[in-house]
Amino acid sequence: MDPAPLLDISGLCVSFRTDRGLVRAVQDVSLQVRAGETLAIVGESGSGKSVTALSILRLLGEAGRVDAGRIVFDGEDLLALEDRAIRAIRGDRIAMIFQEPMSSLNPVLTIGMQVAEPIRLHRNAPWKDAYERAGELLERVRIPDAAGRLGDYPHQLSGGMRQRVMIAMALACRPRLIIADEPTTALDVTVQAQILELLKELTRQANSALILITHDLGVVARYADRVAVMYAGSIVETAPARALYAAPAHPYTRGLMASIPSIDGAIGARLPTIDGQPPDLARLPPGCAFALRCPHVFETCRATPPALMEAGTAGHLRACHLDADAAGAAVQERT
Amino acid sequence: MPADTAPQQPNGDALLQVEGLKVHFPVTAGVVLQKRIGSVKAVDDVSFSLRRGETFGLVGESGCGKSTTALAVLRMLEPTAGRIVFEGRDITHLGAVKMRPLRRRIQMVYQDPFSSLNPRMRVRDVIGEPLVVHGLAKDKAAYRARVRELMDLVGLLPHMGEHYPHEFSGGQRQRIGIARALALSPSLVVCDEPVSALDVSIQAQVVNLLMDLQECLGLTYLFIAHDLSVVRHISDRIGVMYLGRVVEIAAGDALFKAPKHPYTQALLAAVPLPDPELDATRPHDLIAGEVPSARTPPPGCRFHPRCPQAMPRCKVETPPLVERDGAEVACHLYGG
Repeated sequence: MDPAPLLDISGLCVSFRTDRGLVRAVQDVSLQVRAGETLAIVGESGSGKSVTALSILRLLGEAGRVDAGRIVFDGEDLLALEDRAIRAIRGDRIAMIFQEPMSSLNPVLTIGMQVAEPIRLHRNAPWKDAYERAGELLERVRIPDAAGRLGDYPHQLSGGMRQRVMIAMALACRPRLIIADEPTTALDVTVQAQILELLKELTRQANSALILITHDLGVVARYADRVAVMYAGSIVETAPARALYAAPAHPYTRGLMASIPSIDGAIGARLPTIDGQPPDLARLPPGCAFALRCPHVFETCRATPPALMEAGTAGHLRACHLDADAAGAAVQERT
Repeated sequence: MPADTAPQQPNGDALLQVEGLKVHFPVTAGVVLQKRIGSVKAVDDVSFSLRRGETFGLVGESGCGKSTTALAVLRMLEPTAGRIVFEGRDITHLGAVKMRPLRRRIQMVYQDPFSSLNPRMRVRDVIGEPLVVHGLAKDKAAYRARVRELMDLVGLLPHMGEHYPHEFSGGQRQRIGIARALALSPSLVVCDEPVSALDVSIQAQVVNLLMDLQECLGLTYLFIAHDLSVVRHISDRIGVMYLGRVVEIAAGDALFKAPKHPYTQALLAAVPLPDPELDATRPHDLIAGEVPSARTPPPGCRFHPRCPQAMPRCKVETPPLVERDGAEVACHLYGG
């Protein structure tokens, strides 16, 4: 870990007060992102990936609370900042792109005004200059006839074009870190490919870091440098993307990868499944959260939560009690 | 089986034939007079057929007409033109009364397991309602026995019948939806994106269930989805749609190994594979632009404005679906 990471999250715990009791959405999550790097956080619904992202910008809302942990960005602890200071960072040094561009854009403002707003706010630029810059940004995200579209309202654009507008807004102040939460889930595959290529290209040009939150293991494989796999609020495995796919070390990751039909696999064969479903976050088991579904579960798993530890190669960590060699052998036996 | 639904099979083992199907929706202006100012050609000249016991996958991006095609097959939408032949009978313009017994034979599994189940009904009644509607439950005991049998078939435990849909997870709700679709012993089940609302680890469970059910009940599936790897896994043959038209029909494996139509090729290239090594070996060529509006589709081949291999004739001449090496493709690159 030569240069200091741009973002360093350590021991993050987040909970929500609900009618059903305390929901522990994120538990002891630690991760680092370096400048120019794309980190994918992958997991199913309720795994805590979005809550982790929202915690970075302190967007958890009334019900959510950070119980422990530090989020250090560029040398500053974001959790310790005053509201005014975090507002100065949002949309400036850290930008966020949400899943549904229609509900994240303001329907009664033109896209030109919305893209210009962060420039005006953070750079104190006069409207005229900010508006001009907005035109350039829309061109950079390849909206056809960008200057002519500045006066359009969000409803006049397609889903893909709206997501381009969101990216233009995110890029407006040249952020060091972009957090994209399922940026293409609402889009068709050919448009998804265009948007992700664009995002990757623009972050590479600016040497910005990108946190890509997704449930799609294909998207992760093509666009991520490093991956953190989350399950029931915890990171169960993290590794460089290639290492993760070459040798997934956690039983959950293995199960997840096996359950996706491959495009050169046997047609019509039964897919390997992970039995059961994720646990209720308000009633988490005392040990490993995956214990109830794990094919290799044993005594220790039910009692003690496993910690993230080296799994073979450098930078490859997993949280599992199972001995690394035994895990490999056991899985091979099963398949 | 009632006599009026008995299959007469003039076309061998074809369970469903769709020929030249068109579904156009009028576009109107004005509140009072509703003047017709155009039409959305959601489905425009689509033909395909389903053999008994096979799974036919229909893929394409939003707005390509795959769901509209399904709704027309179910006769939930009135076709503008074309013919739908089911179990040897032309059902294209069958009236409601004559259609009713046939509805038992064609059932549907919906995409969203949250909004497609009545939240105020117990699961046993959700599953059993089709039996009541079609008057197939002789008495209470027979009704209960059939519901229990259906629940067992989809892997739900008997006590779950007393609960309400909101108490179940997405995967289990989809099982409830499948049980309901099977209540009337249909021969054709239309599955419209049945797993796309589910988490990855749950998708495989439902895909396996659908395949097991097909094997033990001899079902025929019209399987609509946008997830290409799931469609390939479950389908015997796949039809690719673009802007209201079928551009290619091929056996699943052939479609993935040697896609013929430039749109199929682009679609496959756009889907990242969950394996970086394998993904790197495949073409990533992006196609520019987005799907145009179905109200003003491009003339000629509808894909020509985005096609990297478009020729002058593509702009004027509509390519017909022709057979090439065991597949069907609608593209001027393949003669025709």
